[in-house]
Amino acid sequence: MKPYELTISQAHERLKQKELSAVELTRSVLDRIHAVENRVNAYITIDEKLALDQAEIADGLIARDNMTPLTGIPLAIKDLICTKGLRTTCASRILENFVPPYDATVIEKLKSAGTVIVGKVNMDEFAMGSSTENSGIKITHNPWDLTRSPGGSSGGSAAAVSADMCLGALGSDTGGSIRQPASHCGIVGLKPTYGRVSRYGLVAFASSLDQIGPLTRDVRDCAVMMNVISGHDAKDSTSVPKSVPNYLDFLNGDLKNTVVGIPREYQSARGLDSDVADAVTNAIQTIESMGARCVEVSLPHTEYAVAAYYVIAPSEASSNLARYDGVKYGFRDRDKSDLLDMYRSSRSKGFGPEVQRRILLGTFSLSSGYYDAYYRKASQVRTRIMEDFKQAFEKCDVLLSPVAPTPAFPIGENADDPLTIYLSDIFTISANLAGIPGLSVPCGFSSGGLPIGLQIMGPHFSEGQLLKTAWHFEQAIGIQDRKPEIGS
Amino acid sequence: MKITPEEVIHVANLARLDLDEAVVEKVSHQMGAILEYIDKLNEVDTSHVQPTTHAIFLTNAFRDDLVHEHLERNQALCNAPQRDETCFLVPRIIG
Repeated sequence: MKPYELTISQAHERLKQKELSAVELTRSVLDRIHAVENRVNAYITIDEKLALDQAEIADGLIARDNMTPLTGIPLAIKDLICTKGLRTTCASRILENFVPPYDATVIEKLKSAGTVIVGKVNMDEFAMGSSTENSGIKITHNPWDLTRSPGGSSGGSAAAVSADMCLGALGSDTGGSIRQPASHCGIVGLKPTYGRVSRYGLVAFASSLDQIGPLTRDVRDCAVMMNVISGHDAKDSTSVPKSVPNYLDFLNGDLKNTVVGIPREYQSARGLDSDVADAVTNAIQTIESMGARCVEVSLPHTEYAVAAYYVIAPSEASSNLARYDGVKYGFRDRDKSDLLDMYRSSRSKGFGPEVQRRILLGTFSLSSGYYDAYYRKASQVRTRIMEDFKQAFEKCDVLLSPVAPTPAFPIGENADDPLTIYLSDIFTISANLAGIPGLSVPCGFSSGGLPIGLQIMGPHFSEGQLLKTAWHFEQAIGIQDRKPEIGS
Repeated sequence: MKITPEEVIHVANLARLDLDEAVVEKVSHQMGAILEYIDKLNEVDTSHVQPTTHAIFLTNAFRDDLVHEHLERNQALCNAPQRDETCFLVPRIIG
């Protein structure tokens, strides 16, 4: 096994036993990137010198036996998380040359744990999309089938982990943007409870829905990364002051006292692919065979989640993205001598079509005469959706469902039909509206050989229970067939 | 609901975006289809339902008003498209 193929936990053991150095591991990952990047297109920025410098520092820490489970581990960072001195573009032309003067809290945490940041990975522009095709920089390809999308918006993160171009990655999830690409690329992805991980330094899309989380090769690695990035942060007033358990402690025991809920409405969802339905049904049976008890539950407002989301998220986005006006950072149209003309021209030339569409939709929803009918109405439906989950979790510990209605779709398939692609968010969007955690774990393959994920959702702050359920499932089915064949 | 090209232009103006004429037509179709779908929300009875703006209940996070270290001016200005030693520069506002 090549160093770049290792899980975080395997690499940690080798580093600890001095069988491998952090510099060797980082060089191995960089070589792998050079070998496959022209096919996968996962990275926007790679800083080899910075990565190798960090690796040398990590080797120093390891030599003094002063290491954490992430010391010397090469990771990729979604390009909307601020990294001091390392370009952060949000995959947008408007921020193409933006170099943050500070680190996001999660980056500070990763750095103090001794990790190696290899580079910044591609995404849909400002995280708006489900295919990474809305990137203003490049199109990322799914390592399992290069003609297909890796999903999105954290498509670069998922593709990089899947193609062994890093050992793990950070993504962000506003409506499924960690879980759906993890599902499409055959890896593990977790959207934590809203407020579990600090959003300080995460470029805001929809502030009441955004959450940073890990994308990893297996469930154990996900727990390892959660241990490092979770916790209250005074710099994020929405982060929750609640102690963080050691998530590795949940990876044991059995599922005998676990009650899993199967949402009735998710089984009859429009457009659910039969391969996905079969894979998820098999996964539920596997979890049942390990002693868990299955009950049917109802989330009656499921069919309204996409509509509520596509009012709330664009509304928040239209407000958050008002800051890009060509004054303090980002692209400015220098040909305009009038201030207002400069604002309008800089924004129109800097933002891509999907971002402009969402700004318009959000501005409309918040505008005089439409606020009550759209934004307020959607926020009330959001309350209903939260109540649905509350009632469901009185009957069960976790919910099991598909992540996405279909496996990865061909690049270009939905280019001109935004509503169709919005509707594919049906299984993931509700968790963001309700603020609950959701995890995607690989559960099988389509007849065409594309990976399919199982979604596990739980009440607020139940990440431990989600990881436990996913870990037992992963132990049962094994992870041996999780590598795509893209050659080297 | 349907949205007319004139309404799209009005909203674009509020959002400080310039749209080409050809784009206005396309955007009004796309937004119309999305808004028609969103009108589904009217099927839900929300009388007496409080709106949710944040899923996790938190009261305001207050802190003591103390002097801390902040970004140095030069760092804060480092990404500016146009600046001088101390300020962001914008096109002339007053004639």
